[in-house]
Amino acid sequence: MKRSILLAGVGGQGTILASKLISAAAVKKSIPVKTAETIGMAQRGGSVFSHVRLGDNASPMIPPKGADLIIGFEPAEAARHLMFLKDEGTVVTATAPVYPVSALTGGAPYNVESVIEYLKANVKRLILVDTEKLLAEIGNSKVLNTLLLGEAIRSGALGLTAEDIMVAMKELIPEKLLDINKKALVG
Amino acid sequence: MGNEAIAMGAIASGVNLVAGYPGTPSTEVLETVAKRAPKNVHVEWSINEKAAMEVAAGAAYSGARVLVTMKQVGLNVASDPLMSLSYIGVKGGMVVLVADDPGPISSQTEQDTRTFAMYSKLPVFDPSSVKEAYDMIGEAFKFSEKYQTPVIFRPTTRIDHGYETIDIKEEFEWEKHEIEGFLKDSSRWVIFPKLSFINHAKIEKRNSELTKVLSEYNGNFIEKATAKYENSKVGIITHGISYAYLKESFGEEHPKILKVSTPFPFPEELALKFADGLDKILAIEELDPVLERAMLMTAGRRGLNIKICGKLTGEIAPSGENTVASVNFAARKFLGEQTEERAALPDIKLPIRPPVLCAGCPHRASFYAVKVAMKGEKTLYAGDIGCYTLGNAMPLDMCDTCLCMGAGVTIAQGVWRAEKDRKCFAFIGDSTFFASGITGVINAYYNGADITVVILDNSTTAMTGHQPHPGTGKTARGDVAAKVSIESVLKGIGLKTVETVNPLDFNKSVETVRKVAAEDGVKAIIFKSPCVAIHKSKEKSKVNPEKCIACKKCIRELGCPALIMRDGKAYIEESLCVGCALCEQICPAGAISGGRTNEA
Repeated sequence: MKRSILLAGVGGQGTILASKLISAAAVKKSIPVKTAETIGMAQRGGSVFSHVRLGDNASPMIPPKGADLIIGFEPAEAARHLMFLKDEGTVVTATAPVYPVSALTGGAPYNVESVIEYLKANVKRLILVDTEKLLAEIGNSKVLNTLLLGEAIRSGALGLTAEDIMVAMKELIPEKLLDINKKALVG
Repeated sequence: MGNEAIAMGAIASGVNLVAGYPGTPSTEVLETVAKRAPKNVHVEWSINEKAAMEVAAGAAYSGARVLVTMKQVGLNVASDPLMSLSYIGVKGGMVVLVADDPGPISSQTEQDTRTFAMYSKLPVFDPSSVKEAYDMIGEAFKFSEKYQTPVIFRPTTRIDHGYETIDIKEEFEWEKHEIEGFLKDSSRWVIFPKLSFINHAKIEKRNSELTKVLSEYNGNFIEKATAKYENSKVGIITHGISYAYLKESFGEEHPKILKVSTPFPFPEELALKFADGLDKILAIEELDPVLERAMLMTAGRRGLNIKICGKLTGEIAPSGENTVASVNFAARKFLGEQTEERAALPDIKLPIRPPVLCAGCPHRASFYAVKVAMKGEKTLYAGDIGCYTLGNAMPLDMCDTCLCMGAGVTIAQGVWRAEKDRKCFAFIGDSTFFASGITGVINAYYNGADITVVILDNSTTAMTGHQPHPGTGKTARGDVAAKVSIESVLKGIGLKTVETVNPLDFNKSVETVRKVAAEDGVKAIIFKSPCVAIHKSKEKSKVNPEKCIACKKCIRELGCPALIMRDGKAYIEESLCVGCALCEQICPAGAISGGRTNEA
C-alpha cells in the first residue's frame, strides 16, 4: 500500500498527534512510514503541518500533486496546501475557523465563507465536517483530531481502519481519555 | 524521530557523557538520551553551548565517549573551545552534533555548519535520512576515536524532525565503553603557540589524507546513470535531504549521482571518478555552496574541462529550504528536459498566521504593564531569544531589537550610551539570563550604565519545549538539583534595586515599573509567573454580554488569542482561556470575571 497524507492545522489543535496515530497504526501493520513535521515556532498559534507517507518512498516530504488525502483541522489551513493534492485526491476538513490574532487587531480580515467556496470549487472530493456541532455533541473540544481521523477513515482515502487507529490510540493517548476519543473516532 | 534515532545510535555506541543546550531542531537528542540511556551515562543541560563543549572535552580527554548537542547558532557560542580543541584533539570519541536549520524555520541565521567544519578543520558527517543518521552517528564515534579528533555531525531540520521506520539495536547489543581516566601530559593537553604550530601542520596532513580515506567511506557513493540517461554527460552531486528529494523526483530512472556524506574533508578521489566522462555537473545543496566549491576546486586542481553549476551560478536558490518540487525543477532543467512550472500557490487570500504568545502567557502581562507604565516616555525595548521575542507582534509591539542570545542586555547599554535621554529596557527570559545574560548585567553595573533589566521568569525554557535550567531546581533527568536564585545573582553583582512581582497583578506591576524605572543606574524587575503550558489552571474568565460595552479594549490592547468578538460583544474562547484575568483587570466596564485572583 502506498499513501501520502498531509495534515494541516493551527498550533494546539492536535495535528501532530493525529499524524503520530496514523504513523503508529501503519507501523503496527508493518507498512514502512516516513513523515516530516513542521513544528518549532509554529506551535504557538502558527500554521502546523505534517507530511505522512506510507509505503516505499524516498522522501518524507510529499511532492506537488502527490497527496491522496489532506486532513484540514481548519479550512484556511486545508486550502493553504492544495497544491500538494492529487487531481483525484480527497480533502477532509473541519469547517470551524480559527481566527488569527492579526485578523482581529487591524490586520487582513479572514473571510471563512470564501475559503469554503474556494475549496468547493477546487476539490473534486471534499468532505466538510461540521466540527463545531459534532464536538458540542461529544462535549469535549480536545478530540478534534480523532473526530477528523474518523471521517478520513470513512472516506476510504486513509487506507487504514478504525481498528488500526485504535491500536495506536492505546499507545499514544492516556487511558482516561481513550473512551471519549473512541467515541469521536467511530462516530 | 530523527533526533531520537541519533540519540539511540549514540547510546548503542557506548556514549558515557552527553551535554548540550536546547535549540530547535536539536533539542530532542539530549532529551531522548536523558530518557533512554543507562543511569551511568551522565546527561546534562549545560548553561550554554560553550559550557557543554568544555565539559564534554574534559571527559573526552579522560577517554570517555562524549556527545555535545546544539543548534547552529549555538556553535557560535561554543566556537572558542571548539577552534582550540581542533588543535588539541581528544582521547575518547567526541561527536559534536550541530543541527542546521535551512529556511530558516526557527533560527536567526542560515549559517552552514559544513562551512564551519572546514573553517575549524574538523571532519563533518551529513546524514540524508533517519536511518542513515542512526548508522552514521556510530561511525562518527569510531572515526573520532581513530583519528583522536572531535568530529562534527550535522543533520538538518528534515532529518531531526523526520520520522522513519528503522531497526535499532537491542540493549544487549549496546557497546560498553570503559573510561581509561585522565593521564597527565602537559605537552598534549596545554595549548601553547609552539604546540599549535606543530599540530596545525599535522591536522593539514591528516585532512589531506582523509580526502582519500573518505573516498572509500560507504556514506559517499556514486550511483551510475540508468538506461534512460546512459548517454547523458550530465551528473548531479548532492547531500542530505536534497538527495532524498532527488530520488523521489527521479525514481527508477536517474542520471549519474554523487552522494556526499562527508563534505569536509571532501572525498576527492571519488569525485574524480564521478566527474569522469561528464561535461556538466549540478550541485544540489541547501545553505552554502559547499559541494559546488569543493567540486570546482577539484576540477581546477586536476585540470578537468567541466562546467560546474549550482548556487553560485543561479541554478539553485541561494537561500531557504529545497523541496521535492524545487529539486525536480532544477535537475530536469539542467538535463534539458521539459519541466512543468512549479505548482501554483492557491489563488485566494488566506489569513497569515504568525506565531503568537499563548492565551494567558505571563509575558503578555509583563509587556503590557511596562507599556502602560512608560506611556508617553521615550523608550527602547531590547528583546532577546525565547518565546518573548513574540512580544514584537501587534498590538503589544514591545520588542524593538533582537539579535542573539543575551544581546538585549548589552544592546540596551549601547543605545543608552548613544542617547542618554532614552529609557532603555532589556527583556530577558530566565533560561537566557543564565545562558548569557549575567555577563551583560555585570558589564552594565561595572561601566555605570542606566538601564532597567526585566527578567521574564516563567521557571522553564519554554520556547524549545520546557527544559529545566539552573533556576528550576531540576536536572535533565528530572532529579532534584541545586537551585540558583536570579534575585541573589543580581544582588550579588551589586544591584540595589531588584523587585520581584507577579505580572498577572496588573496594577501592582505598573506601579513597580514606574518606581523602578525612575531610579538611576542598573536596576531589575523580575516578573515571576509560571509558563501556562505547564501550569494549567481550571479557572476561566467569562464576558458578561449584558455589561460589555463593546469598546474592544481587551482585544485591541492585549492581542490574546482567546479574545474574539461574537454577536457584537467581546467573547472568550473557553478552550483557550487559562483564566490569567489580565483582561478582567483592564476592562473599563467590569464585564469580565471568573479568572484567577492574582493579588500577591
